[in-house]
Amino acid sequence: MTKMVNLKIDGKPIQAEAGMNLVDVAKQNGIYIPTLCYFKELNPLATCRICTVKVNGKEITGCTVKVAEGMDIEVTTPELLDNRKAIIEMLYAEGNHFCPSCEKSGNCDMQNLGYDMGITVTRYPHVFSDKIVDFNPKRMIMESNRCILCKRCVEEVKTKDGKDVFSFVQRGVKTRVQIDYEQEANLTEAEAIHAMNICPVGAILVKGMIHEQPFGERKYDLLGKDIKPVVKKDPLRQRDGGKFIVATTSLAGCFGCHMSLLDIDTELLDVLELVEFNKSPLTDIKKFSKQCHIGLVEGGCSNSENVEVLREFRKKCDILVGFGECAIMGGIPAMRNFVPLKECLDEAYLNGVTTEVGADVVPGHEDIPKLLNNVYPCNEVVKIDYYIPGCPPNAQHIWKVVKSILLGEEFSIAHDEFKYD
Amino acid sequence: MITENKVDRSKLMDVIWDIQRKKFQITHDDISKIAQEFDMSRMELEGIVTFYHFYHRTPCGKYTIYLNDSIVSEHSGRPEVLHAFEEALGIKLGRITADGTFGLFKTPCIGLSDQEPSCLINFKPFTNLTPEKVRDIIGRLRNGEKPSKICDKPKTNIRYTPEPERTVFFKPYTTYSSLDKLNEYEPSEVIELVKKSKLTGRGGAFFPTGLKWQFCSQNEADIRYIICNADEGEPGTFKDRVLLQEHPELLIEGMILAAYAIGCSQGAIYLRAEYMYLKKELESLLEEYRNNGYLGKDIKAKKPFDFDIYIHMGAGAYVCGEETALIHSMEGKRGEPSTKEYFPVEKGFNGKPTVVNNVETLCAVPRILNMGLDKYLTLGTEQTPGTKLLSVSGDCGKPGLYEIEWGMKLREFLKLIEARNTKFILFNGYAGECLSEADFDREISGKNLLADDDLLHFKDTEEYTQKMSGKGLRAGGSVMIFNKGRDLLHVLKNVADFFVAESCGICVPCRTGNFLLNKKIDRIKLGHGEEKDLEEIKEWSKIIKTTSRCGLGKMSSTALNDAIFKFPEVFGTILSENTDFNKAFNLDDATIDYDHIINEMTSDYD
Repeated sequence: MTKMVNLKIDGKPIQAEAGMNLVDVAKQNGIYIPTLCYFKELNPLATCRICTVKVNGKEITGCTVKVAEGMDIEVTTPELLDNRKAIIEMLYAEGNHFCPSCEKSGNCDMQNLGYDMGITVTRYPHVFSDKIVDFNPKRMIMESNRCILCKRCVEEVKTKDGKDVFSFVQRGVKTRVQIDYEQEANLTEAEAIHAMNICPVGAILVKGMIHEQPFGERKYDLLGKDIKPVVKKDPLRQRDGGKFIVATTSLAGCFGCHMSLLDIDTELLDVLELVEFNKSPLTDIKKFSKQCHIGLVEGGCSNSENVEVLREFRKKCDILVGFGECAIMGGIPAMRNFVPLKECLDEAYLNGVTTEVGADVVPGHEDIPKLLNNVYPCNEVVKIDYYIPGCPPNAQHIWKVVKSILLGEEFSIAHDEFKYD
Repeated sequence: MITENKVDRSKLMDVIWDIQRKKFQITHDDISKIAQEFDMSRMELEGIVTFYHFYHRTPCGKYTIYLNDSIVSEHSGRPEVLHAFEEALGIKLGRITADGTFGLFKTPCIGLSDQEPSCLINFKPFTNLTPEKVRDIIGRLRNGEKPSKICDKPKTNIRYTPEPERTVFFKPYTTYSSLDKLNEYEPSEVIELVKKSKLTGRGGAFFPTGLKWQFCSQNEADIRYIICNADEGEPGTFKDRVLLQEHPELLIEGMILAAYAIGCSQGAIYLRAEYMYLKKELESLLEEYRNNGYLGKDIKAKKPFDFDIYIHMGAGAYVCGEETALIHSMEGKRGEPSTKEYFPVEKGFNGKPTVVNNVETLCAVPRILNMGLDKYLTLGTEQTPGTKLLSVSGDCGKPGLYEIEWGMKLREFLKLIEARNTKFILFNGYAGECLSEADFDREISGKNLLADDDLLHFKDTEEYTQKMSGKGLRAGGSVMIFNKGRDLLHVLKNVADFFVAESCGICVPCRTGNFLLNKKIDRIKLGHGEEKDLEEIKEWSKIIKTTSRCGLGKMSSTALNDAIFKFPEVFGTILSENTDFNKAFNLDDATIDYDHIINEMTSDYD
């Protein structure tokens, strides 16, 4: 007979079998401890640290705790919730996660946790380190840009004679997962697909299984919670004839976010009751004529003009809102951060398939903005007050945020309004 | 230790070392060969080789020079010495000469902080370097002299011990004398004695040694292990090196006594690669013990037992000082700390109950036995009896090793080491506290470990001084002194660099958190810092501290946060008020690549 023990999780008395894993005990009792690397009770990996809880006042990863008599466990304190959010944000800052171009978007454990925790932006500067994408293995692709070093593949995937296929190499920030080509060739198709499926992100891909159909089951479509952004308490005051003044701009973006803005459709008429647009591609006003309440910025900074415009927006707008992924984390343009600028220019102007025959000039003139070494998210150049994620953000979402900020109202955004993958 | 049908992975690192020493690199073919021999995938082996920084996948020179990179070395004239090396060899740091004869690399503290600048050449020590000495060394090596013939013998620099009858470690010792006690005591009586002595882990974690032994002995197992942690990697520490030079017999006897008490049949000394020059003597001493019947089969005791000790060489990884990482390293794996699901006394080396003790801890045991418990308990303070070894380096008149009784006031200690104009102290190395004058009235007692979370409860340094005065100061062994002329930020930057390089990379908060903190220090150093940066440092440190897997991440930001709290005047003058613009973003710098490309192209037209 198994021994039952009494413990408390967030104050709730619970009975469980002695020695059971805490994450599972919590789950059985309707308490959710988020996990990322954990997938097998027998062998917790404890690499991601997201399930960190407090047991009798001491921080420890939930996946390595075996329940015992009298344990007092805290799971959902504000501090622990923030720790978890911080770790996911750190993973986003450390890796190069471009969800719009990822095969596993919609079926990604980390993306889901990001939604679940209401992450709109990471509090850390993006590292944008150049990582290896290895196409050499026979059957697989190792996309280190997306790897979060959870160690699942290292521990789980072995050949029939027990040899490792995936291994950690190097140390510290340079640590990465490397596939052993020889052993990988010994895996069966089913084993390779298993490796891809246990990867909580899109780092392990099986060749030939990527573009034919949407990838995976999109298991997270129905999950998720609404987010509640924190709004500053003091509402803005209207100016000049009672209207709020809004400016918008698109920096290194595709204008898709502006197109989405127009999708507000007939409600645009309500918008115009409340706001007046100043500098904006919508009004074609090129220069600020007055101080604005809100500035909406699409796109990150790719060239010197972007930086100047962004700095001017910061000066002329009381509140600056970054909308769309490019403004928030660089987005698709930031994918050039891993290629030297010279190579980018050569490809675009000299050697690319679409360049004119005989072209031998990279444009350079004092009137042309200079390209930056890297593409920067807006918040690494100036302070951004609010973020509206999405590629592009939903029209209702944008309008809701703008309206609520203007009127100083509390608001929450429904999960399906901010989910874009 | 060989299990059936399986190669003994614990020999893996020795095999790699053999090749590294012979060929000065581990080639692609070597990897294939070793992987086959040990029945593992090539990439798994690659992962192990690239984890340890003394293994090289590319040639590292017939004479491999490792120059100490720690801050004390820098303050003692390392820049000039480095310059002399670079000039004499015609290469930059991190390179090898064209003929493959010399390689010049940096490495964190090599345990010679009291005789810096120092370096290792083919793991032989060269101390108190000057540019002239460097030129001389290179000249002699070029003339074919062997590093082992021209190297220095590191000084032990024992500066202070209490009066002889109150000294524990550094006084004459009659070899084998403690082992007579084996015939008097039952194993459980030895554990009881150690428990009563209140001996705690001298590596800095202060876990009660007797209790650890008891736990291990109580766990059912067919074999138990005892490992001596001689991976003294904490920058500024060299007490274990001096113990191994002066009294290696104490360590061996301490291990034999522990093995008897716990019921271990196998022991190992995990010796850091930086101390490879001590290996030979240790080995011959072990042989002597074997020849005299104190190691091997049927060791004479009240309950005769089998026990032997071997030496396992590390290969350059600070994190292996963490006991579970050390065990992984001994098993021939990457030195990553474990998930902490089990303590080593439950499942340690090869999954068996294992005790890991520091050199100093083990050396204390035979002394306590010989001295008698009653006498030992009169030393030091009531809660922490005995003496403590402190490695002193930096700005003071007498750097070197000190054996003091627990309970000495820090102020008194500073007088003893002739430290004047002290501005701050890195106490317990890089992973320890940063002390200021506010701490000088605290006593070195091993009683209280001040978590820097507690700093938040103090309004300012004045309140801190009042409340902390006389409070215990736990000492691990390293004391680095910095006088008023030293740049605090520069020191903190060296500390931050160290943790970025030495994080094992297994968990996110430590791997990337330390990297991001390092960037913050850069920002402040360059004058772009704002008040909110300090707030972010504090918040981020707390996240790293509470979520990291092992002690490395839990301690890496302690000194930084202490310094921010204790030296507001240093940070106050270089930080500006919060602004809406990131001052660190400089448009000219951000477009420099583009300017180069365009300039190069237009100059082609001319």
